[in-house]
Amino acid sequence: MNSNPLVPEMLAEYVPVITEILYLIAISMFILGLKRLSSPATARSGNKMAAWAMLIGIVVTLFDQGIVSFEWIIAGIVIGSAIGIALAKKVEMTAMPELVAIFNGFGGGASAVVAGGEYMRLSGVVGTGDSITMAIGVLIGAVTFTGSFIAFGKLKGFVSGSPVMFPGIRVLTVGLFLVVLVEAVMFAMNSGDWLPLVVLAVVALILGILLVIPIGGADMPVVISLLNSYSGLAASAAGFVLNNSLLIVAGALVGASGLILTNIMCVAMNRSLFNVLFGAFGAGESAGPGSTEATGDKTVREAQADDVAVMTAYAQRVIIVPGYGLAVAQAQHACREVGDMLEEKGVDVRYGIHPVAGRMPGHMNVLLAEANVPYDKLFDMEEINSEFSKTDVVLIIGANDVVNPDARENESSPIYGMPILNVDEAKTTVVFKRSLNPGFAGIDNTLFYKENNYMFFGDAKKSLTELISAIKTL
Amino acid sequence: MTDPFLINLFIFVLACFVGFEVISKVPTTLHTPLMSGANAISGITIVGALAVAGFATDLIPGGQGELWATILGFIAIIMATINVVGGFAVTDRMLEMFKKKDDQ
Repeated sequence: MNSNPLVPEMLAEYVPVITEILYLIAISMFILGLKRLSSPATARSGNKMAAWAMLIGIVVTLFDQGIVSFEWIIAGIVIGSAIGIALAKKVEMTAMPELVAIFNGFGGGASAVVAGGEYMRLSGVVGTGDSITMAIGVLIGAVTFTGSFIAFGKLKGFVSGSPVMFPGIRVLTVGLFLVVLVEAVMFAMNSGDWLPLVVLAVVALILGILLVIPIGGADMPVVISLLNSYSGLAASAAGFVLNNSLLIVAGALVGASGLILTNIMCVAMNRSLFNVLFGAFGAGESAGPGSTEATGDKTVREAQADDVAVMTAYAQRVIIVPGYGLAVAQAQHACREVGDMLEEKGVDVRYGIHPVAGRMPGHMNVLLAEANVPYDKLFDMEEINSEFSKTDVVLIIGANDVVNPDARENESSPIYGMPILNVDEAKTTVVFKRSLNPGFAGIDNTLFYKENNYMFFGDAKKSLTELISAIKTL
Repeated sequence: MTDPFLINLFIFVLACFVGFEVISKVPTTLHTPLMSGANAISGITIVGALAVAGFATDLIPGGQGELWATILGFIAIIMATINVVGGFAVTDRMLEMFKKKDDQ
């Protein structure tokens, strides 16, 4: 009889109890670690606490009586750590959504393999209940795996960002779902047979692709949040298979977190989750850029760097509203510099951030933090919306739809009902923009034609640099 | 209530409630680190991967699943470790950037 070389024989009988107690400690540390994420001041220590909890969980498991060979374990951990650290160190902050998508994929894939591998280890001696949890684990994990890599491809541009549809995709998707169901039942009925589990895994991998590929690139923040939730649920399912409470709890925490973020993103975009996931299945993208109304008699006021410098430097309160265009133009640092200079002149400067300003929840905050904007200057939509009416100048940089008053006023607008930043309540607004072209959604922005709005045309970075030198000469 | 599935279900549902309570208090500013940190936590599945990869061969009389279990466990360990180590590392890198005005 082999036994774990790490444990002296006389202590072996106590290992299961000690393991469970240490798992409980690890679980508590995960929860406390997440709790510490409720403030930027304690967040870093919270993340470290969760990392320690993970280490405890791994080390404790190594003392498990069943584990007798360590070569493969050590090799796997060394390879995985090297890849993980390399990815984490070199990623650009703008590419965070892609990285999270990759990590999601690996997590889901690992859970699927664990659920399947447990079957191999037990050599098919599994009860009906266990085989159902195994099937669920493999299904969620495999869908997360391929779904995440398609999401990654869409964010990176490898896969078309527009919804990819082909005739019969709906029938195919539903059909494959039925196949999964049938295979799961077959697997549960004759638990000695491995073929249904393999078929189920392959079909689930295809389903992951089919479920994400019809979703537009702009909706990827929702998809990533949802896949994040799935990766947690996959871990939980693996925990059910292994009867491991640590996996179940940790997975449930992640599942809850992903669902909350999914919901926040859906509310911010004024879409239902169903509409995001299956919207393209319906009418088939009628929008297109064709909706340019007669803009004939509407006029815009143009401003130059000097005008904006005077406006802002002699103002009392300025709010900067950044959008993803700011990050695309790599203008975060220039933006922060403008903010700093204005503050030196005694102006109260704040940043108002719409929930969908970046490409994943909270993305813009990270991009600004990277440019050394202090986090106590960043305000979310609910906090800042009542402040605009008391504000002299709002600088809108690289944002468009999220400040379009039509979302509030024009019932026929496609974005009607979407929560927006009420920048038009401020005394003056300045929009930094390349041209008058409608934005991503192809919707005309009525803010541009308001009397108290000025357009500052040009590339965001170039315009901000001009503004910096203009403020300096004042 | 000795059925392990039921006990697991209890644990799962209660943990979901705890998760919702704790995470709904995380401010918008930290949602990206929350997601990548939670992501790292979902790599907890590595614990399962360890069990699958390193399990005793003679626990399974006549089983030929052993080799497959080792290979699958090895793959799972690599994927889960990427998720865990990379996730915690990049979250730490992000959180390090979040500073108050006075700390600068």
